[in-house]
Amino acid sequence: MITIALSKGRIYKETLPLLEAANIIPAEDPEKSRKLILDTNQDDVKLVIIRATDVPTYVQFGAADIGVAGKDVLMEHGAEGLYEPVDLRIAKCRLMTAGLVNVDSSNGNKNGRLRVATKFVNVAKRFFESRGEQVEVIKLYGSMELGPIVGLADLIVDVVDTGNTLKANGLKPMDHIADISSRLIINKAAMKMKHARISDIIEKIKAAVEKNA
Amino acid sequence: MTSKEHWVLPQGIEEALPEHAARLEILRRDLLGLYSTWGYELVMPPFIDHIESLLTGTGHDLDLQTFKLIDQVSGRTLGVRADMTPQVARIDAHHLNRDVPTRLCYMGTVLHARPDCFGGTRSPLQVGAELYGHAGVESDVEILGLMLNTFLIAGIDNVFIDLGNVDIFKALAKQAKLNSEDESRLFEMLQRKAVPEIEQLLAELKIDNDVRDMLASLAELNGDISVLQRARKVLAKANTNVHAAIDYLEKTAQLIMARFNNVGFNFDLAELHGYHYQTGVVFAAFVPGSGEAIARGGRYDDIGQIFGRARAATGFSTDLKLLDNLTTRQFEKANRVFAPADNDAVLQKKIHDLRSQGVCVVEQLSGQNGDAKAMQCNQQLQIVDGLWQVTNL
Repeated sequence: MITIALSKGRIYKETLPLLEAANIIPAEDPEKSRKLILDTNQDDVKLVIIRATDVPTYVQFGAADIGVAGKDVLMEHGAEGLYEPVDLRIAKCRLMTAGLVNVDSSNGNKNGRLRVATKFVNVAKRFFESRGEQVEVIKLYGSMELGPIVGLADLIVDVVDTGNTLKANGLKPMDHIADISSRLIINKAAMKMKHARISDIIEKIKAAVEKNA
Repeated sequence: MTSKEHWVLPQGIEEALPEHAARLEILRRDLLGLYSTWGYELVMPPFIDHIESLLTGTGHDLDLQTFKLIDQVSGRTLGVRADMTPQVARIDAHHLNRDVPTRLCYMGTVLHARPDCFGGTRSPLQVGAELYGHAGVESDVEILGLMLNTFLIAGIDNVFIDLGNVDIFKALAKQAKLNSEDESRLFEMLQRKAVPEIEQLLAELKIDNDVRDMLASLAELNGDISVLQRARKVLAKANTNVHAAIDYLEKTAQLIMARFNNVGFNFDLAELHGYHYQTGVVFAAFVPGSGEAIARGGRYDDIGQIFGRARAATGFSTDLKLLDNLTTRQFEKANRVFAPADNDAVLQKKIHDLRSQGVCVVEQLSGQNGDAKAMQCNQQLQIVDGLWQVTNL
């Protein structure tokens, strides 16, 4: 039995054609179904539909054998317990810092410490440390753009796609932290115990990604 | 913590209740018994030790995992052991100082500052065996065999063994003349088999094209034993050390596979667990349903150097509590005999005799609550035909 962990929305939609290349087709559409476990056309493959940030946890601890997770989520989770052999080149965006337009946010408060609102706490700390800056990180679960507007933070760290949300809220993208795309991730034990089946799926998905490029 | 929460245990710290503790004790005795029949002598290193001795060799990566305290007698920093292997290596290198192969085994609680595995325990009951003073395939095969016998006795089925050899990557990195920073970046990416990142890093480095291709191929050299043939082709231009490492791995695999034909074997040339101290063959055991390795081991020559004497070494260790979680073994409940509260000398003699035969006899305390059944007894002592006899309840 092979379990594949996916999150709803963009990643799911863009992963479907890749799974199809490995002849894995879900029996139902998760957007229309309330089921969390979906059967596929393959008797030995099922999909679990979970939150994007939970995908690395499921795969690392073997609740799923394979998963699709954004590099942003993997960077935040810490990926040492997983294999990430394929860049699927889907759900592309950038992880960036952003601040208010027309405001110099580079100095921080009067102690010289920037306040950074983000859901990527570990990534933000590492990024500012690598630049030699000590910052106060404020963990938020969403709507980061509000942070600088209401004075909760000087900067935010978030994924940026078109930049329209930032613009609409009077923010500008500033420093580029990383290019993000989704990765195929594999549980280490499953890779060893179900090697033939899993490496076959990996190879087919990899071939489909390269064909799209 | 309010006064009502005094029963709460620290995170990741467990206590074993009677049934659980009884199983652990049976497993403990059986495993130490097994090791003893293979000639492994039990040692008991101390629970706390000087931090410098704990963080050598196999303890190299354990700084953040080690609880530390200050010795108020000497002012030095002590650590609570997070791994017993460095201590056992010291016993071999410094205290025993034998010239012959030395086989040691150990069992004890270790503490981890941070939970690092699923279930999040911080106090594994580490059990393992080490073989010092022989550098060759036979000692690695013996340790692998002992680990597999550990699973047999512990009732762990469907074991998969993952085999690798860190010398392959080490020799290739040397051939590529990587500096230590690039080597450790590449090592970290290989641990994740992050092929896109590996390719990007290798493209940035100024190294020979052949070596670049060989390093890039490592992440995909895994699978059944045919991988070794494939590796010989893909790594054809590697230096002799790489080929010697592949030969060594193959020889080890052939010997152990011939002895355990019902165990699954997987090969992974990018498996570099313990890369900082391992020096040859490395292995890990997996079972279905468990996302992480249940036991690890391998060769780590020269580890005793810091304690005064370099010795070839190979060994494995696992966690007894983890084995208990995974076991399919049926543990039979021993009989418990209930004896009535009675000072009759004949009864007392009978109780004494039963106990000396190893039978569990629970004496009733006069005025106590509960009968034989409530005291979890399945038998009782009563007078039958004028004699005290054990009867079933």
